[in-house]
Amino acid sequence: MSAKNLKEVSTEYMLFKAEREEQFMTGSEAVREAIRRSNIDMSIVYPITPQSESSHLVGDLYAEGYVKEYLRGENEFAVMSEVAGGAMAGIRMFTATCGPGTLRAFENFPMWSGARLPIVIAFMTRAINAPLSIQPDNIEMSMLLDTGMIMLHAENAQEFYDMLLMSFSVAERTSVHIPVGVFVDGFFVTHTRQKVKVVIEDVKLQGYDPAMSPTPTIDMETPPFRYMKDPFVMKSNYVSYAAHASWQQECMASIERARPYIKALMGDFIERENPGAPIQIVASGTAVSQSRAAIKMAESEGIEVGLVKIKSIRPFPAEEVKKALATAQKIIVPEFNRVGWLAREVASVIPNNDRMVKGPRVFGGMTMPPDVIVKAIKGDTRCGV
Amino acid sequence: MEAYQVLQGPEGYLPPAAAMHGITLGETGQALIEGRLVKKEEAVGHIAKKLLEATTPTFFPGPLLLWKTTSYALERGKLIREIAAEVNAKVIPMPDYRPKYPMINPEVEINPNHPNLTIWFNKIDVGVFIGVHCHQANLALKIIRGGTGCYTVALCAEEGHEEANTSLRETDNDTLRELLAAIKDLRKKGA
Repeated sequence: MSAKNLKEVSTEYMLFKAEREEQFMTGSEAVREAIRRSNIDMSIVYPITPQSESSHLVGDLYAEGYVKEYLRGENEFAVMSEVAGGAMAGIRMFTATCGPGTLRAFENFPMWSGARLPIVIAFMTRAINAPLSIQPDNIEMSMLLDTGMIMLHAENAQEFYDMLLMSFSVAERTSVHIPVGVFVDGFFVTHTRQKVKVVIEDVKLQGYDPAMSPTPTIDMETPPFRYMKDPFVMKSNYVSYAAHASWQQECMASIERARPYIKALMGDFIERENPGAPIQIVASGTAVSQSRAAIKMAESEGIEVGLVKIKSIRPFPAEEVKKALATAQKIIVPEFNRVGWLAREVASVIPNNDRMVKGPRVFGGMTMPPDVIVKAIKGDTRCGV
Repeated sequence: MEAYQVLQGPEGYLPPAAAMHGITLGETGQALIEGRLVKKEEAVGHIAKKLLEATTPTFFPGPLLLWKTTSYALERGKLIREIAAEVNAKVIPMPDYRPKYPMINPEVEINPNHPNLTIWFNKIDVGVFIGVHCHQANLALKIIRGGTGCYTVALCAEEGHEEANTSLRETDNDTLRELLAAIKDLRKKGA
């Protein structure tokens, strides 16, 4: 069915009421199914493994009439610049990238936020060169933490699907109106098949209304646009330095304002298992799945371990994490990257950091066997750290 | 730690964004007075009182009002002029947001990049924003709160502004009529 024939529904209806069917699909295919329902005006992409398949599938949606326009850019920097142009013109944009592509495009991400563009982007993370590695690793998330975008980290294809569907609504709120990045650990989610409940009703999300934007959109028909988007030149005394500083503060404030909207659609920012256990694992993304297996292994040996799963990295659930770890005696933070960005985040919001084991960490494409986490539970603090 | 309050300035060098200190916009039917969530009716009465007590109250209509030609926007403009006349307020427009070269004329306009210049020049003690895009409004409101003693009011058509001393959300023309009625009522009572 052509997108134009689909009935427009609210995000709440799409997430909580629309008829769904369980299908067996890859994470890339879950992207296709989410975008099929997202009423996208335009998608511009550039291929990079492991993101390529999802963007190829979005191209199929264009051919089927679910996406109105679809282009391949010349490279990631061009793509993200072009995506910005579309969003500035007041249309709903979607794109995706990963790893080296993320870095090539990087200058655009804080620009998106600063220009208050409600772009939704999927990051299917991958290792950063050099040496070149086409393998999973989410170090790029550490580099994006302060670009001014909302960052959601999905554990599996189902969460990836649901988070993408909800992101447009969050990004496009007038008081928020900043980009949303939905992250998965590349390959582990994109290239494995899982059961995903997808919407099968002939519905799509309500369209984006650019009149609700907190900044003027490009509209040469309506005066005085040409005066509105002149470059914000940060020179001499024509613009107060306080204006640039306040501008940056406003972008950070926009992330804070997103909290109630994210919570209404995603549920709590954290999920817990065994909250009373003296040892707690804090994880996001696929490290959560590995931690669940580790917790079962530890339980079989009589060791009680809890889990704090973090779903939103920006805004970071500081109070929730602090409360969840208030009585923990030992805190393990397993991660798929070298730098331990999640451990840093956790350490910055809880007291008594000597309770923390800031690992285990694997990277460069390595997998994280659950027994490595069990070793950390038992006292080995060295893996990857 | 004490709860943050969005008080009349000057607050000092680069005040924080109020949203980063727990100030939230609330829901439909609510408004903000100095960071406190209150019922909309209370805030309307508070704004009326502030305007009547002010020495140099001033309305700052922005592009969303100035460049609109719908009958609804024209009615909105008339209501603003009526309210301004009732409290003997000036109207100084914010027609666009571009940096002005070599500088703005603070006598005739206000600009989000240097809003304090217009406040200081005209000795404005209560400033009311309406029809300014939310992003630019928040920049101007915060700079004014940081560097001037002006009490700021936002009559926002969307979700409101934590950076204003008092903020209404979803301010439609009926709400403006309520504000006008509240002013007239207070005046009758001798305000």
